[in-house]
Amino acid sequence: MELIYEKSVPGRRGFRLGRNDVPSRAELPEQYLRREAAELPEVSELDAVRHFTALSQRNFSVDTNFYPLGSCTMKYNPKFLEEVARLEGFAALHPLLPQLRHGGMFTQGVLQVLYETGRMLCEITGMDEFTMQPLAGAHGELTGAMLIAAYHRNRGKHKTKVIIPDSAHGTNPASAGIAGYKVVPVASNEQGVMDVDALKEALDEEVAAVMLTCPNTLGLFNPHIKEIADLVHEVDGLMYYDGANLNAIMGRVRPGDLGFDVVHLNLHKTFATPHGGGGPGAGPVGVKQSLAPFLPTSVVVKRTDGTYSLEYDRPDSIGYIAPLYGNFGVIVKAYAYILACGGDGLKEVSDNAVLNANYVLSRLRQHYPPAYERRCMHEFVLSGQPLKERGISALDIAKGLIDRGFHPPTVYFPQIVKEALMIEPTESESKETLDAFVDAMIELARLAVADPDALHNAPTRTPVGRLDEVRAARQADVCYQGSGGKDR
Amino acid sequence: MSYVSNTDEQRREMLAAIGVESIDDLFADIPEELRSGPLNLPPGRSEMHVMRLMHELSERNAAHLVSFLGAGFYDHYIPAAVDALLRRGEFYTPYTPYQPEASQGTLQAIYEYQTAICRLTGLDAANASLYDGGTALYEAAMMALRVTGRNKILLDSGVNPIYRNMLHCYTSNLHIDFVEVPAVHGQTQREVVGEYLDEETAAIVVQNPNFFGAIDDHSDVVEMAHSVGALAVMSTYPISLGLLKSPGEIGVDIATGEGQSLGLPLSFGGPYLGYMACRKDLIRQMPGRIVGATQDAAGRRGFVLTLQTREQHIRREKATSNICTNESLCALAAVVYLTVVGKHGLREVARTCADKAEYARRRIEAIPGVSVKRDAPTFNEFAVELPADAAEVAGAMTEKGFAAGFPLGRYYPGMERYLLVAVTERRTKEEIGRFSEAMEGVLWN
Repeated sequence: MELIYEKSVPGRRGFRLGRNDVPSRAELPEQYLRREAAELPEVSELDAVRHFTALSQRNFSVDTNFYPLGSCTMKYNPKFLEEVARLEGFAALHPLLPQLRHGGMFTQGVLQVLYETGRMLCEITGMDEFTMQPLAGAHGELTGAMLIAAYHRNRGKHKTKVIIPDSAHGTNPASAGIAGYKVVPVASNEQGVMDVDALKEALDEEVAAVMLTCPNTLGLFNPHIKEIADLVHEVDGLMYYDGANLNAIMGRVRPGDLGFDVVHLNLHKTFATPHGGGGPGAGPVGVKQSLAPFLPTSVVVKRTDGTYSLEYDRPDSIGYIAPLYGNFGVIVKAYAYILACGGDGLKEVSDNAVLNANYVLSRLRQHYPPAYERRCMHEFVLSGQPLKERGISALDIAKGLIDRGFHPPTVYFPQIVKEALMIEPTESESKETLDAFVDAMIELARLAVADPDALHNAPTRTPVGRLDEVRAARQADVCYQGSGGKDR
Repeated sequence: MSYVSNTDEQRREMLAAIGVESIDDLFADIPEELRSGPLNLPPGRSEMHVMRLMHELSERNAAHLVSFLGAGFYDHYIPAAVDALLRRGEFYTPYTPYQPEASQGTLQAIYEYQTAICRLTGLDAANASLYDGGTALYEAAMMALRVTGRNKILLDSGVNPIYRNMLHCYTSNLHIDFVEVPAVHGQTQREVVGEYLDEETAAIVVQNPNFFGAIDDHSDVVEMAHSVGALAVMSTYPISLGLLKSPGEIGVDIATGEGQSLGLPLSFGGPYLGYMACRKDLIRQMPGRIVGATQDAAGRRGFVLTLQTREQHIRREKATSNICTNESLCALAAVVYLTVVGKHGLREVARTCADKAEYARRRIEAIPGVSVKRDAPTFNEFAVELPADAAEVAGAMTEKGFAAGFPLGRYYPGMERYLLVAVTERRTKEEIGRFSEAMEGVLWN
């Protein structure tokens, strides 16, 4: 499809401001001005609307396709949440208003949203305080790692290491590394969860924290989690909970009760805010009381008279991790979603997420071996290794699914499972959809034997076939160089 | 309302297929003693009830104030087409485009966004977005440290103080040597830069227009940096680039900024958009997602996430950044905005902002006892010196229906009488007139 720049016609316009009603003209010296206008598109509004509408139709999305992408929790994003974030009193509100004198009185509604969302997340996770500031999951991880560093520094301890299981998402080691820690990987055991003996081996006084998802990336709940937390606490380390998989356990068990000291959540996973094709998200961080003094500046507090204000005077705070108060437009959607679900509804969410995953697993396990022969939580990992031996990779299966109208599972992750296919159906999907997906997966397993070439060529029903990624990396064409314009 | 699809009947069928009695059996791995009781949250509510509550909360905010408040976040007009396109579920409900054949819409839109950012900044390569202008500036500083292998950063105090706070916060464990070039109302102080710039310096970090609204031509500062092998990093306000010399024309190596002004509502602080562009030869040190053009076996053009060996899912703790989810939908808003407004429209918006700011400046200067700093040219924001405490004045102006500006004393000790006033294309002559009359009333009645 043509680029918008290729549709540009010199002189065509899609927008005018109209007559400028002020008599003044700013006289800016030549030396400060750009020589030529930036070569942005010259199109009509209709050209723009057709172009971007056509682009949207080249996407798979939750609204159009089943999207069982493991560890991403691609649940339905209720439509009213979009209305909520666009209410004038939220969307048009300048973020620096509360920093004016008495300005807090102009923002009581939004401060209440931030405060109450934090309190509700405390209840859901069993933590004591939350900051709503982190702007995505990985940003929450970095914030958490910085809080951990501040906690140990404050106690006069210099700790250098963070332990992370080999099944962890790549952001965990990257975030710990950026916070200044050395990353120590620990292997999973034959049940697919962190091995207590391997952990004991790695634990010493230098360990600042252990970062875990629970259930883990394989969709498995570690029954020894409390024992692990006790061991880590014995060396004065902290337990960090990556909330990527919280959708499995709401109303059943709380990270705070398992011994975790710091958690981050992904509001764009568990709390139904849309993923946006790669953001915006929100990654609020919760802590136990012992870490609360270090939370980022500022903190929303509720005064005794029932009003809300922003507290800036926090001498032990790690400081500014975000410019303002977090991705408010995302947070307010999560707030409305939690209110809609209620406490019982959130338990229903997790119950059905786990039921859906186990149902799909029960139907697929004869056709694709599970990485671990156990019941799963909200997701599970299959291995495409037996098909690989017949020349069909997990990637081929993924591309075959695209031709059948399903977004593929997460493939090749976690890296500890060969030809991994990681499936997370979420609670919002119906049995009919799950059955249709399972049928397609079974058909693909048969096709892998009967007609492997058909799969090597998939997908064929998409606007483009498999793309040459090596060529993309080699030529690094990341910016269109053509002049565009029809008549040039 | 929990948006679950299955009926009780279906749940029974599924439990039977799994071979368990109840959903509780599926949670058998969780030891009994660790389980929590019911969540202490209000009962679920219908959409209608929640919507009513959200309306009430939204009305407890003063979004109606006529705004002369900017300080990095601006009240620009957003053409309706931007939100109409953003509301397409095919755009806002997918994940990061890991499966390119099923994500060409998002991927091509990001490639077009990257192209727009390159053209706006006059640089060669842009990434798919970072969280906001502050984290983008931090990432640019880290990138400069990696590129040069040095450890010192010169930071102009004209850079947004919130961003400077963020830079200090993020690097507090990393032993980086920061030197702040002291603030003046006008332009970057060349002599101080000259004094501190040396062969240990990784980068000089500036902002244009700076926090006080002053415009500079940093070409000579960039040359000074390059002469000792340091990079020049600049944070810019993208709307100003409709008129002002681009970072590329100035010779800057890495340009970043807050993209909120490109079609995103203020939304009380986010979601926003950090943009970043750089010289081509620095691309492999750039953080974040990058979309590149390529083709399929039939020779059809297509787009993929590329240069992924920089990223956390491949390199883990050795990645250039930990960023994963970014602000993709906000980048889409920006490219749609820049497309609809277009080449001529952006210049018109920027020109109108500057002209209206000039008008506001003249009206405000005419108030007895008030003066406007004119040590440097400004774009659409300027510092006003008042005969009273600026925070008090701004407080009183809210009662007259105005968000009057940002009191500079909050971040610059000694500047308690200065108010930073921003004017966008949305302010009318009549509003500017009422604003200056109200301010005169606050000061002298």
